[in-house]
Amino acid sequence: MSFETRISIENLNLFYGEFHALKNVCLQVPKNNVTALIGPSGCGKSTLLRCINRMNDLIDGVRMEGRIVIDEQNILTPGTDVVALRKNVGMVFQRPNVFDQSILNNLKFGLRIHRQMRSKNETKDLIQKCLEDVGLWDVLKDQLRKNARELSLEQQQRLCIARVLLLKPEIILLDEPCSALDPIATLHIEELLRVLRERYTMVIVTHNMQQAARASDYTGFMYMGQLVEFGVTREIFTAPRQELTENYITGHFG
Amino acid sequence: MRNKFGERVIETAIRFSGFAIIAFVILIFLFLLKDSLSLFRVYSFKRFILEQKWLPISEPPTFGIVPLITGSLLVTVGAIVICVPVGVATALYIAEIAPGYLKTILKSLIEVLASIPSVVLGFIGIIWLGPFVKNTFHLSTGMCGLTSVFLLAFMALPTIISISEDALVGVPRMYKEAAYGLGATHWQTLWRIVLPAASSGIMAAVMLGIGRVIGETMVVMMVTGNAPIMPKSILQPLRTLTATIAGEMGETVSGSDHYYALFAVGLILFIITFVLNFTAEVFLRKGRR
Ligand SMILES: Nc1ncnc2c1ncn2[C@@H]1O[C@H](COP(=O)(O)OP(=O)(O)OP(=O)(O)O)[C@@H](O)[C@H]1O
Ligand SMILES: [Mg+2]
Repeated sequence: MSFETRISIENLNLFYGEFHALKNVCLQVPKNNVTALIGPSGCGKSTLLRCINRMNDLIDGVRMEGRIVIDEQNILTPGTDVVALRKNVGMVFQRPNVFDQSILNNLKFGLRIHRQMRSKNETKDLIQKCLEDVGLWDVLKDQLRKNARELSLEQQQRLCIARVLLLKPEIILLDEPCSALDPIATLHIEELLRVLRERYTMVIVTHNMQQAARASDYTGFMYMGQLVEFGVTREIFTAPRQELTENYITGHFG
Repeated sequence: MRNKFGERVIETAIRFSGFAIIAFVILIFLFLLKDSLSLFRVYSFKRFILEQKWLPISEPPTFGIVPLITGSLLVTVGAIVICVPVGVATALYIAEIAPGYLKTILKSLIEVLASIPSVVLGFIGIIWLGPFVKNTFHLSTGMCGLTSVFLLAFMALPTIISISEDALVGVPRMYKEAAYGLGATHWQTLWRIVLPAASSGIMAAVMLGIGRVIGETMVVMMVTGNAPIMPKSILQPLRTLTATIAGEMGETVSGSDHYYALFAVGLILFIITFVLNFTAEVFLRKGRR
């Protein structure tokens, strides 16, 4: 296993009040690859993911210890600019969460809040580029003023990805991005991730073992707040070193 | 079998009370319409709507509703201009900013505000607010439009705050997460996402607030000065639709033209509040979609 590390998670502990949700997690996330996080429900996958862009800040009573280093900076320090962090580390959620506004406004929102609205033509080019990247441009180019909630769920999720790409992040976090989609839409999104992998470091949480096997290069298996095993996806699925991992991926789980 | 019968009885009773309410509304409307038409047989509807003077006991009398509508409109607009921004800001504070314990305190405080009888507010207006307005603006009397504007704004606040707050709290969490996830600050999220998402609920709150203000009688009777003349500014004494009915009904002879004219005023008021409530309902429905 040799790769360039993009995110370095070191001895991360997280507490929801008294509850110890992440226990001493150490993980090196490889650059320009897809890393999958798998594990049973409630093991802390989402929690770990949400540490990387500090989304857990929004929850009362969360306490974190340890370090998460991105670009030689520990982003858990209080002085971190979370606005810049979240711009650089985009997030796609479980349910497509497009705003109840036009497609155009959904996309422009990010540009507006980061004061990146350019001239009309430049903005239009940027938007076109991102919609092309997620395969929506040809379908939607004439209806950008339509309310985004009228799109199909798959299109909504693609739009959510486009909304993130527009801010030119380097890292993208995806929390079960396909769980609201049907199998065919799921395959489409996975294909999209494969294309985007060239340019972005991605971490995807998934319940779906086949999805992890298909769509990721590296996989981490979590259990009860601990990272049990991490390695190349093929090896995790064919020759896991831990018994727990093997039990989980073979489906023998108590 | 018995159960089924019981259910049917209950169902019928519920349906009946539903229809009864609709019937009451229609009956009230017909009742107002009938007595109003008695006026319009002797006094043209056009004159009633366009005449700029309300002189019910002159000889011959003039029943022009314009100064009364203007009075109602003036105090309503004034009250809304004050209480909408204050109310929405308060709702935003309670829904999104205030810490938990303060939220509870503020919400119960607003319920207390809502339960103050309007006659008490009228007292405050006469004893304290009126003289204050008089001295501040150097008027001959403090019993004028502005004094009632303040009190009416105060009265509409609880309605506007609590319904707006419901709308704001009802904004799905996932919208906020999406905004924060893209790097929005708290304020940007509120301003660009939460407020627009709650806008139809807030509009409904404003409509119901207006309805509350326009229908209010006691406070305006007590502090507007009750002059049925065309008000030139909000600093002058004026009179509203409601205060006219309440103030003059006791002095009229039942069945006289004046008596019917008051019913016609009531009809206009009924139509205005009906339209307001209906619009509010439309907005609420749109928000729930
Ligand atoms: N806001 C919170 N307050 C308290 N406990 C929480 C909170 N969020 C999550 N937890 C707990 O932390 C643990 C990890 O939750 P997390 O959502 O990260 O699990 P997950 O692996 O993503 O599960 P799933 O596959 O169901 O999404 C769970 O036991 C959960 O009950
Ligand atoms: Mg989860």
